[in-house]
Amino acid sequence: MTAPVDEAVLRGLVPGVLGVLVRRGADFAAAEDAVQEALVEALRTWPAEPPRDPKGWLVAVAWRRFLDATRSEAARRRREERVEEEPAPGPVPEVDDTLHLYFLCAHPALSPSSAVALTLRAVGGLTTRQIAEAYLVPEATMAQRISRAKRTIAGARLDRPGDVGTVLRVLYLVFNEGYSGDVDLVAEAIRLTRQLLTVTDHPEVAGLLALMLLHAARRPARTAPDGSLVPLAQQDRSRWDTAAITEGVQLLQTALSRDRLGEYQAQAAIAALHADARTAAETDWVQVVGWYDELVALTGNPVARLNRAVAVGEADGPRAGLAALADLDPGLPRYAAVAAHLHERDGDPATAARLYADAARAATNRAERDHLVRQAARLNAQLT
Amino acid sequence: MAKYLLLKHYRGGPTAPGFEPMDRWSPEEITAHIRYMDEFADRLRENGEFVGEQALAPDGLWVRYDGEGRPPVTDGPFAETKDLIAGFMVIDVDGPERAIELAGELSAAPGKDGKPIHEWLEVRPLYGEPSLVSE
Repeated sequence: MTAPVDEAVLRGLVPGVLGVLVRRGADFAAAEDAVQEALVEALRTWPAEPPRDPKGWLVAVAWRRFLDATRSEAARRRREERVEEEPAPGPVPEVDDTLHLYFLCAHPALSPSSAVALTLRAVGGLTTRQIAEAYLVPEATMAQRISRAKRTIAGARLDRPGDVGTVLRVLYLVFNEGYSGDVDLVAEAIRLTRQLLTVTDHPEVAGLLALMLLHAARRPARTAPDGSLVPLAQQDRSRWDTAAITEGVQLLQTALSRDRLGEYQAQAAIAALHADARTAAETDWVQVVGWYDELVALTGNPVARLNRAVAVGEADGPRAGLAALADLDPGLPRYAAVAAHLHERDGDPATAARLYADAARAATNRAERDHLVRQAARLNAQLT
Repeated sequence: MAKYLLLKHYRGGPTAPGFEPMDRWSPEEITAHIRYMDEFADRLRENGEFVGEQALAPDGLWVRYDGEGRPPVTDGPFAETKDLIAGFMVIDVDGPERAIELAGELSAAPGKDGKPIHEWLEVRPLYGEPSLVSE
């Protein structure tokens, strides 16, 4: 008899198992390797022999792997005659280390790609192979990236809280800049943010989770059957995931009621206003502009200013939108696309067509490029 | 997190300062050059930034469809083809600055008299995925 392993349940155990090993005195890098080996072993053997106590099984196997590795390392060191005295294990706190693991894996000394890889492995319990496939790089490359990341943070304490903002940026990257492969990074980012919310009570964590849910809710409607992008205004809103929207809106309302606004709550509020509108025409653009003002005040982010110009164009007309665009750097990503849209609405298809063609050349992905080329072609066909 | 193609051209790019064709180098200089390229790739593997690399033969044909039921037309190779790609490497790095830094290192490969060849490399971003949050 074989039963499929519930991978999400298995992976949810990983931070706890890693925490046990570290509290028993294993250093983070070695403990993390041992847990990864236990995980791979579990994926191999559990379908035929499901354990009665999955977490206990993982701890036992990981600890054994850790001891084996330490012994062979100690033997190697003895051979090399440079035995160093092991530092005494630190105090053993009786706490859930999950939160500290998030901080460690998002350590500011790590590059974004390293922090993402380490978080997915040590906190998310994905195998190196899965992470490599998700980011379309060879497995050996991903293995190196992870072990370098662990060397970078060697010596960093596991019991030190950090800035939750660094963790949220890593989770946002997993959510927003993944590829669409076998591993669903969107679902994984949501799972990890949900798990983070169970161990930390910060309104921005709830804000990010709300943001993720509200955007993920639109996923079924944002691509046509042929794979082309469907812009927000043209999406079939009956295909949005209403359960995800309900949960996102509730999370957001609770977070906002605590009166500690942050960038993720503001972004989630914008997404919630779109979710509220039954049709694109019913969107409350005045409120959307208000939230962009908050977002710009919080972050000063030029991309937020650019998106604000789109909202102003909807709320107060294309001339107002173009005026809002006037102060911005034309080198911004998607600037030409926004300008094209506003010029078309302003009744200038020739300028819009030229700008759509510029925008297509500046696109950073094929789906957007194809969409923008079609816009340019549509207008050019009208002009001739 | 973005992928870049580093393109090496046999010809087609601007001529590097002090350019000497490889067949005028000493065998030891050629060996040193190849070793530098191999070590560069190994370093990227260790960094976790390497995706792939291939070298291309200079000879190639132009091929096109020639209508229903007819074999494809072939032409060339054309000695005068302006742009000739010699090989490529794909890297996965945190951003364009890092891609440029690495291309600069690769261009410093030793050539004649062991001096950097200053070869021009073309750096091209690969398309990624559209981000989910777009408004």
